[in-house]
Amino acid sequence: MDAMDAIKVTYFQECDELLASLEEGLLALQAGDGDSDTINAVFRAVHSVKGGAGAFGFEEMVGFAHVFETSLDEMRSGRLDPDANVIKIMLRASDVLADHVLAAKGEGVVDAARAQAMAEELESLTAPLSDEPTVAPEGSAPEADAWGFAPLKFEFAEEPPPAPWLLTMRPTAAMYAKGHDAALFLRELSRLGEIKVSLDASMLPELSTLDPEASHCVWTVELAADVAEQAILDVFDFVGDDCVIDLRRVGVESASALPDTDQAFAALIAVAQAPLEDAPEIAATSESKTAQKGEVKAAPTAGATIRVDLERVDRLIDLVGELVINQAMIAQRVMESEQPPSSTVSLGLDELEQLTRQIQDSVMAIRAQPVKSVFQRMPRLVREIAGSTGKQVRLVMEGEGTEVDKTVIERLSDPITHMLRNAIDHGVETPAERIAAGKPGEGVVRLAALHRSGRIVIEVSDDGKGINRPRVREIAIKKGLIGADANLSDDEIDNLIFLPGFSTAAAVSNISGRGVGMDVVKRSIQALGGRISITSQPGKGSTFTLSLPLTLAVLDGMVISASGQTLVAPLTAIIETLRPKPQDVRALGPTGAVLAVRDMHVPLIDIGMALGLRSTPIDPTTGVVLLVESEGISRAALVVDEIQGQRQVVIKSLEANFQRVVGIAAATILGDGRVALILDIEAVLEKRLNERLPPLARAS
Amino acid sequence: MSNDHTSDGQLELISFRIADQEFCLDIMAVREIRGWAPATPLPHSPAYVRGVINLRGAVLPILDLKSRLGLGACEPSARSVIIVVHIGSRLVGLLVDAVSEILAADLAAVQPTPNVGCDTVGRFVRGIIAQEDRMISWIAIDDIMPSEDLAEAA
Repeated sequence: MDAMDAIKVTYFQECDELLASLEEGLLALQAGDGDSDTINAVFRAVHSVKGGAGAFGFEEMVGFAHVFETSLDEMRSGRLDPDANVIKIMLRASDVLADHVLAAKGEGVVDAARAQAMAEELESLTAPLSDEPTVAPEGSAPEADAWGFAPLKFEFAEEPPPAPWLLTMRPTAAMYAKGHDAALFLRELSRLGEIKVSLDASMLPELSTLDPEASHCVWTVELAADVAEQAILDVFDFVGDDCVIDLRRVGVESASALPDTDQAFAALIAVAQAPLEDAPEIAATSESKTAQKGEVKAAPTAGATIRVDLERVDRLIDLVGELVINQAMIAQRVMESEQPPSSTVSLGLDELEQLTRQIQDSVMAIRAQPVKSVFQRMPRLVREIAGSTGKQVRLVMEGEGTEVDKTVIERLSDPITHMLRNAIDHGVETPAERIAAGKPGEGVVRLAALHRSGRIVIEVSDDGKGINRPRVREIAIKKGLIGADANLSDDEIDNLIFLPGFSTAAAVSNISGRGVGMDVVKRSIQALGGRISITSQPGKGSTFTLSLPLTLAVLDGMVISASGQTLVAPLTAIIETLRPKPQDVRALGPTGAVLAVRDMHVPLIDIGMALGLRSTPIDPTTGVVLLVESEGISRAALVVDEIQGQRQVVIKSLEANFQRVVGIAAATILGDGRVALILDIEAVLEKRLNERLPPLARAS
Repeated sequence: MSNDHTSDGQLELISFRIADQEFCLDIMAVREIRGWAPATPLPHSPAYVRGVINLRGAVLPILDLKSRLGLGACEPSARSVIIVVHIGSRLVGLLVDAVSEILAADLAAVQPTPNVGCDTVGRFVRGIIAQEDRMISWIAIDDIMPSEDLAEAA
């Protein structure tokens, strides 16, 4: 059963890829840049999903895939024009097929009514196009179920019923070696119609001389059903030459096939009767044949990709992370031993450092993936949201090939989903509103990915009505998020939607406002060291911009010290560093102090105190100030004792063995082997503002 | 072999001293014992959390067992040791003065913890093992980590 499960897992992996290429193909057809190759690819995808489903006995999926395949076949043969309406139906059909796959996986249920309606819709595409008079399907096909296989089966209706098919099926040992089972083919054939199977076991040797790995049985199947030759051959699609098939009509002597068959029979009988000593040789030849076949098949794919268990890659990345730390430790020891920089040890170490960096980059590249795997789920989402809100939306995707670390990819799906929901639900207007505003009835939502200064940027923009600023402001005042007299810029008003407890939807729809607001999205993104913001133009639309580090395994940080502790501040949060002059430090009120930076006055925060490392703050003028920016609270000046330098650090989770610590994002291991904490600037600022710490030292 | 012992009611324990009292842990929970290394303190954590150290690339939290048991803070010296234990899926280091020995005890001979009117004792002592005029407290480590709420509040 384990082996079967393993094959199933592979099948489902393939299904995901096939469904993706199905959708991709349909979208290409929709966009008008598809050709006959695209149609063929789409057809093959559905056909392969169906093939595997049949082998595992997922009856409902086979039924639906069959109807789908039929309509695609019509399209392939040019009888069905792939116009916009047809493609729309097929896109929805691909969603239903995906549901079937999920259900087969045990991860979901198929809405039977929806599937049924979908199947009927697909059939309606093909039925009127058939030139043959449509004969009532009832009764004629014993297996005609809800899916209605009937329209396909009546192509020969006007001809006299042809003689039954006679099929000889002679599996080779190679076929069994690949995990195929003759019984499955018989079951598959029985699906086509009534079959009479006889087994020719005459070649079975005595038990004492039986080679259990060899193939000895031949089946003869008489199939009464009136089906196309191709339909029968399709059953054996997946075995290729591993099973010798002879197919003809009863009474038709296939002149070419018969002598061949006889020869093959004779050869097989010879094999079966061969003395035992010959057996290894035979096994060897059949093996070499298999090997040859394997090579031929593997050749086109070998250069492309291999499947690797993600755990192995992760382990490798962990090890390389340790190698980097170790290399830094050795470097530090060598430096402490005061070797001259030109010594062979130092030179060798430089080379080692370069190599380690290259290894690290290459290993990270293994885990890098195009964002396509996330993007390809979105067209369906957009279709469903547009459908349930009664809006017409076209999704345009750009930069699907942009690569980012797998750990980041996994975290992209939720925020993108949320941003798209927002764009369609709140941004894009109804067709009537759009036309009244002089825009085309169909809204356009753009989803784009790009690399910008070492980060990945995801943009979701719509051409809708933009943010209703007076309304946002009004709600924020009503909910007490801002003061009634707050003087906010347009940008600041737009970004109010990220505040906790803010929701603008007048009526809570089941799309947005499902309890998860933009504040949650923002929080989860910040936890990853990312940023999210929105810009909007009234009447023209809004753009969400989300930026994330390319990897969650390493971080560019500034190594600082405070109260004798070494800390790391993420470089992305730091705008600038400076040594404050006494005249720039000013007290504000009884508990606060601010630093004048050019024209701005930003609050001063002693990092040692904020983390509880010391009880009295240091004089800011004796230390260094990091000017940091956080989304919600704008800017602040963090006072640290000293800046040690800037370097890339390997991120280690604190939660793995401990738990979340407020103000700390993660930990890392420095060159001296000690653990240094990575600051969560956002949380430090938030905590500082909530707690009202004692006043900072005033510069005299 | 040790597994066989536990299954037939035999316990294998590792004993150590804290402030002149004897304690022990189930040896099956112990992964390794290592010397003291200065820890990086964690902000906003209870006093008994000494901080984190680098255990071959993993970040290991160190708890001061003496402080956790309410016996005062431990002053780590060169003789202090860290007992690395599994608590669920986590690895945690326990700072103790010194490890004494490995001893075997009959599970049936473990006496229930006497009520001395102290929450800490009730919470962290699973039972009492009496051997050759000694009294060894068997520590329950499952509850020894600070709760998440506590960390939030601290």
